[in-house]
Amino acid sequence: MAIKVKFFASLREQLPRAVDAVEPDGLEIIADVWARATDGQRMPEHVLCSVNLEHRSANDPVADGDEVAFFPPVTGG
Amino acid sequence: MSVVIRHAAFDPHAEERAFAAKLPVGSVGAQASFVGTMRDHNEGDGVQAMTLEHYPGMTERELDAIVAEARERWDLIDVLVVHRVGDILPGEPIVLTAAWSRHRAAAFDACRFLMEALKSRAPFWKKETLADGSSRWVEKNTPG
Repeated sequence: MAIKVKFFASLREQLPRAVDAVEPDGLEIIADVWARATDGQRMPEHVLCSVNLEHRSANDPVADGDEVAFFPPVTGG
Repeated sequence: MSVVIRHAAFDPHAEERAFAAKLPVGSVGAQASFVGTMRDHNEGDGVQAMTLEHYPGMTERELDAIVAEARERWDLIDVLVVHRVGDILPGEPIVLTAAWSRHRAAAFDACRFLMEALKSRAPFWKKETLADGSSRWVEKNTPG
């Protein structure tokens, strides 16, 4: 299995080499997923996170098979 | 469906009429609605077009949660949220929020809540093409 990773909007453009899936071994929290998917880039201050389509914070846990997403503050409406 | 994502231009008043036609006849005492429209200026610059990105799956889920919260907080007959994604031009509607209730307070308050909640929680991101041809991501919402 793996953890799927998605990046949206300006974040996706800023991280052209970020991968869309990571091995789950050793990953405990969302911040760990960021580190592995971006090959160690620092997470910018205002990045929002989600796991399996629900808002989460970077210190929340992740599990094998999860879908994790990172995105800038939302600007709909 | 109380939550609708539209990939092409929509007519907010036609959406409201079609939706309201299905509500129990005689039950509705009040309706409040809000339409947000794309402007041709933002942050001091002319804007010629916009692309609205979303997170298929999470966007709908978050809007559903916002609708559920509105139903719990106010005594409502029904609500409707319609939101564009994709390419949008100045003057085109981006979003419609509408609430139907027996009495006016619930309709007014729920309509506003739907709009403010989706602006802070629903995964949408706007990318503007400026008058000079350059593009930029909108980084924050206007205060209202």
